[in-house]
Amino acid sequence: MERKSPLLKRDATKTILASIISILIGLVLGALIVFIVSLTNDSISVKGGLEGIALVFFGVFSTGRNAAGALTFGFNPQNWGNLLFRAMPLMMTGLSVAVAFKTGLFNIGAPGQYLMGTAATLFTALCIPTSVVPAWLVWILALLAGMLAGAVWGAIPGILKATRNINEVLACIMTNWIAANLVTMVFDMAEFMKNAEEAGKVAYVKKTIANGVATSKMGLDVIFPGSQVNGGILVAILIAIGVYILMTKTTLGYELRACGANRHAARYAGINDKRNIVLSMAIAGALAGCGAALYWLSGNTEFYWSTYQTLPTEGFNGIPVALLAANHPVGVIFTSMFMSLLNISGLQLKTLTAYNEYITDIIISAIVYMSSFSLIIKMWLNGRKKKAAAPPPKADDGQDTGKENAQ
Amino acid sequence: MQSDYIIEMLNIRKEFPGIVANDDITLQLRRGEIHALLGENGAGKSTLMSVLFGLYQPEAGVIKKNGEVVKINSPNDATALHIGMVHQHFKLVEVFSVLDNIILGAEDTKLGFLQKKEARKKVAALSEKYKLNVDLDAKVEDISVGMQQRTEILKMLYRDNEILIFDEPTAVLTPQEIDELMEIMRGFAQEGKSILFITHKLNEIMAVSDRVTVLRKGKCIGTVNTKDTNIQELSNMMVGRPVQLQVHKAPAVPGDVILNVEHMTVPSKLHKNNAVKDISFQVRAGEIVCIAGIDGNGQSEMIYGLTGLEKTSSGVIHLCGQDISKASIRRRSLAGSSHIPEDRHKYGLVLDDTLENNLVLQTYRQPRFQHMGFVKRDAIRNYANKIIQQYDVRSGQGPVTVARSMSGGNQQKAIIGREIDRENPLIIAVQPTRGLDVGAIEYIHAQLVAQRDAGKAVLLVSLELDEVMNLADRILVMYEGEIVGELDPKTTTVQELGLYMAGAKRDSKEA
Repeated sequence: MERKSPLLKRDATKTILASIISILIGLVLGALIVFIVSLTNDSISVKGGLEGIALVFFGVFSTGRNAAGALTFGFNPQNWGNLLFRAMPLMMTGLSVAVAFKTGLFNIGAPGQYLMGTAATLFTALCIPTSVVPAWLVWILALLAGMLAGAVWGAIPGILKATRNINEVLACIMTNWIAANLVTMVFDMAEFMKNAEEAGKVAYVKKTIANGVATSKMGLDVIFPGSQVNGGILVAILIAIGVYILMTKTTLGYELRACGANRHAARYAGINDKRNIVLSMAIAGALAGCGAALYWLSGNTEFYWSTYQTLPTEGFNGIPVALLAANHPVGVIFTSMFMSLLNISGLQLKTLTAYNEYITDIIISAIVYMSSFSLIIKMWLNGRKKKAAAPPPKADDGQDTGKENAQ
Repeated sequence: MQSDYIIEMLNIRKEFPGIVANDDITLQLRRGEIHALLGENGAGKSTLMSVLFGLYQPEAGVIKKNGEVVKINSPNDATALHIGMVHQHFKLVEVFSVLDNIILGAEDTKLGFLQKKEARKKVAALSEKYKLNVDLDAKVEDISVGMQQRTEILKMLYRDNEILIFDEPTAVLTPQEIDELMEIMRGFAQEGKSILFITHKLNEIMAVSDRVTVLRKGKCIGTVNTKDTNIQELSNMMVGRPVQLQVHKAPAVPGDVILNVEHMTVPSKLHKNNAVKDISFQVRAGEIVCIAGIDGNGQSEMIYGLTGLEKTSSGVIHLCGQDISKASIRRRSLAGSSHIPEDRHKYGLVLDDTLENNLVLQTYRQPRFQHMGFVKRDAIRNYANKIIQQYDVRSGQGPVTVARSMSGGNQQKAIIGREIDRENPLIIAVQPTRGLDVGAIEYIHAQLVAQRDAGKAVLLVSLELDEVMNLADRILVMYEGEIVGELDPKTTTVQELGLYMAGAKRDSKEA
């Protein structure tokens, strides 16, 4: 009785298509900005501008410059490896935002949850001596500590929302700044964790490798030599798939989505809406905290702890990652990689041309901004399809199919 | 050339993907008449009006005003032709005053400053002339639904519209307000204004209209003079088959007490007084007990108290002998109560989810639908198909249809199927037929009677007197949060019921 609709007409296909189109528009806009800047900047020639455009589109393929000074392109394992490495925390914060969105909550608190996760992870990883406890166990404990800290920090706005009906956005902004200052304060006091060995390293925490704790490379360093990538990206992808299964295949996911789509109906049906709001925010927080844990447990990353004036961009960038993926957990895997691809392209632009580092942020913003238009593009796709493919009228079952649209 | 007709829509055809919403429809509106447009939900009434307002362009057909062909490309064109409409869901800015709402979009300005004095004079004169009593300075969010509707009517008059369209205007009004509205409409017609009255309530058509055009499934069934027809004929035209307007049911055979409410009090969310004051009643197996009353006399809060959506402040509720006074919503539901909620969009359905997920809204935790916390998709799909077939729920894509895209009647059928199929001894139905067409109402009434005959206890809350008189085995009348009388529908009259509902009469208080 039921048949699957053709691939091109499926809603999912349209969503993906819309995202891709908006990304392309964003890239064109980014290239345009690069070119305009080249025209207004005396130090960048027209040729430099064209090089900039090439790097906006194909930065990840850049292999530097050849002897003649021309840009060369090809497979650059270092770029691809770093792309995966930088996608890792974005994937987790993107999932964090997506899960909350599905439950009807806007988790703008991912930066705070990420920071709390960072602190908990670093403390666990650096304070438990690996001479007593095996390093792999410390790694797992540190990951769990990061997730727990994120969960607690996410649950606070959740509890306020569920019991006192305080807008979660407001509460999240507050918890973000509390986290920023709390983390600075704690590390400021924890003298033993500061990186004192290297000169000029003010306000940096020791790398976790100092205690012998680091994520396994899982052979990825062979595929992508010279990059920072490690097995954490595989963990992140597994978690994304796990979140997808949680949200679509389990009764808990069903409850969370029901609460998000219609809190009243969920309550009417006997679902505990308050518990689910808290739970959803706690899960979101745990995911953000996990992102932090995976990033800092790499061993080769060092945390700049004086965060009281800044919130980690990984947290905020979870929002466009989730939006671009239409809050689909599997989509987040790809959109987080896209976001980190922009990052890599920006880095190439900075190192290989006369563009300064700030232009890359502007381009990324422009592309992300255009990406948020994917909904409009989807509407346009829908409208176009309708006109193109109106099937022959059926008189008798017409009653209830499309008529509601007309009313 | 002076035409007989002020507006004519000739041979209109409008298609949407998969369906023809309007198929060769002709509607001719005479000067100074009240013309009713009758049809079930989804018959094409709203589409036709959207064509008239330029929101849709028809594939075929022409629109004429005073005999001349006009092209209506946007609502602005319609406004220029002096066509105005009161929508079913009012288009008012809640935080603006009544006056601001009336002049919105047609403001007089001088150097960019609003000139409200003239406008106020004009609106006051109109309100005086047509006895449209409104408080011009009150904010829309503070005034009654009736006054909001009068504001919408004044909006049309302020723009000097001569063709007035009322889309389901009585759905939100009390009986008294309906009478007032009818009077106002007659006044307009006498003034020479032409009225198009969209409805599916037959007695209102008989009461006020001059002619009726009936639509069914996108086709024009015919136009008849109201005085030459009757309710039965109109309903047959609308539904396409003879309709059972009267519910036939055998005498009730009440059995055990299923629901026993003693001294229940529910606080109000709106004011300090209790919304439900110390009420006691019983519902037995095999009977339909109907709570009658004018809207806002505590019926909703009583249901919230019974189902657990709101906390009671005192009283004891027993369901099948089990004390559920303090139980959670889920425990009450598991203890044996089904609930067809008053607001099917707010409580009944997760509109953006699929039909199949909506059908297991309470039962998804049962072992037949889940295993170790994992949803059994196939089991849910099969169950949904069963309910869809059994309760004739029509939808575009079967179990995976998004609930929002279904018509109101089919949404309600899905809820009723879900609630009845849980086979609970108590069924609470709150205004189960609100906003539905004759065919769906007939079906729902038959289902409720069938459940009663199957030995279920049915507690029905209704604002429609016909429904109360037709379905109830016992009537309890609520007035200001109290049960003021118990009546037997076989021995009472609508007039007597009305006196109880208005608070003019009450039984002496007994234990």
